[in-house]
Amino acid sequence: MTPDQQAEIRRRQKSRNIALGLVLAFFGFLFYAITIARMG
Amino acid sequence: MTESAALQLPAEWRDFFALTKPRVMSLVIFTGLCGLLAAPGHINPVLGFTAILCIAMGAGGSGALNMWLEADIDARMRRTAGRPIPAGRLRREDARDFGVALAVSSVLMMGLAVHWLAAALLALSILYYAVFYTLWLKPRTPQNIVIGGGAGAFPPLIGWVAVTGEITAMPLILFAIIFVWTPPHFWALALFVKSDYANAGIPMMPVVRGETHTRRQILAYSVVLAPVALAPWLIGGAGAIYGVAALALSLLFVAFAVPVGLRRGDAAMIPEKRLFKFSVLYLFALFAVLVIDRVLSQSGALT
Repeated sequence: MTPDQQAEIRRRQKSRNIALGLVLAFFGFLFYAITIARMG
Repeated sequence: MTESAALQLPAEWRDFFALTKPRVMSLVIFTGLCGLLAAPGHINPVLGFTAILCIAMGAGGSGALNMWLEADIDARMRRTAGRPIPAGRLRREDARDFGVALAVSSVLMMGLAVHWLAAALLALSILYYAVFYTLWLKPRTPQNIVIGGGAGAFPPLIGWVAVTGEITAMPLILFAIIFVWTPPHFWALALFVKSDYANAGIPMMPVVRGETHTRRQILAYSVVLAPVALAPWLIGGAGAIYGVAALALSLLFVAFAVPVGLRRGDAAMIPEKRLFKFSVLYLFALFAVLVIDRVLSQSGALT
């Protein structure tokens, strides 16, 4: 595998990790908000 | 980069997003939201948002499962050859796993956070599209889009049930509007991408029964759509604003369908493309007016 391909793999992994982190953070907040709403 | 080299690279998050068919999802979200807003009663805004998110996730999961199941067909059609799997940007199994994860989590979240009847309808809509339509109907009969139209008709029904918790005449009429709207909408598209479907071996109406028959069917469904669209007003489920708008929009729909129904096609297919574009606008406008009518009547502005 060439250095360019390795760099491309790392770039894609990083962007996917960031996207997944944002999704998880969003759902963490959403479940908190749902809990509060269901208690109300 | 060769296709095999591209397949060794991990897919981008954009490719996963593309699996959810974002353009189709926009109509799904909109009609689901309109069903939710037009329903009588109140829902906590957080739970309302969650219901729409679940509808969107369910639709996205269906889209991903559809692309997993139809990757071979997509590769043979110009319109779909650039999708992530046939283009070699994403592995087929990843699309399956992503679709199953979205579908299951959307149904569970809808049930736990909003309402189990809405969750059951969401599960039914996913199975209807991914299994009944994609696997069974689409490759077998030229009526595929007529019966398969039911899959796209679920969102306003689910949105309504998320608020009320019960299935009544009004949400079933909203379901029927999209059900009857789908054939002329999709057959107009099928007329100008006919060669694509023929190459892929999909028995779409223009391929199997011919253009003339398809054109007559488009006109017939467009005429039937008018009374179905007026039904919310006729049964007292919507007010005069909706009734007048539904009548005007439906007459326009028939006006766009007449040149398609009565002519022979040519290479340009301009009336067919016009009808397809107007059909999208029609559905957006009809459901938007339903919500506006409901909001105005609730606020007392019409009394």
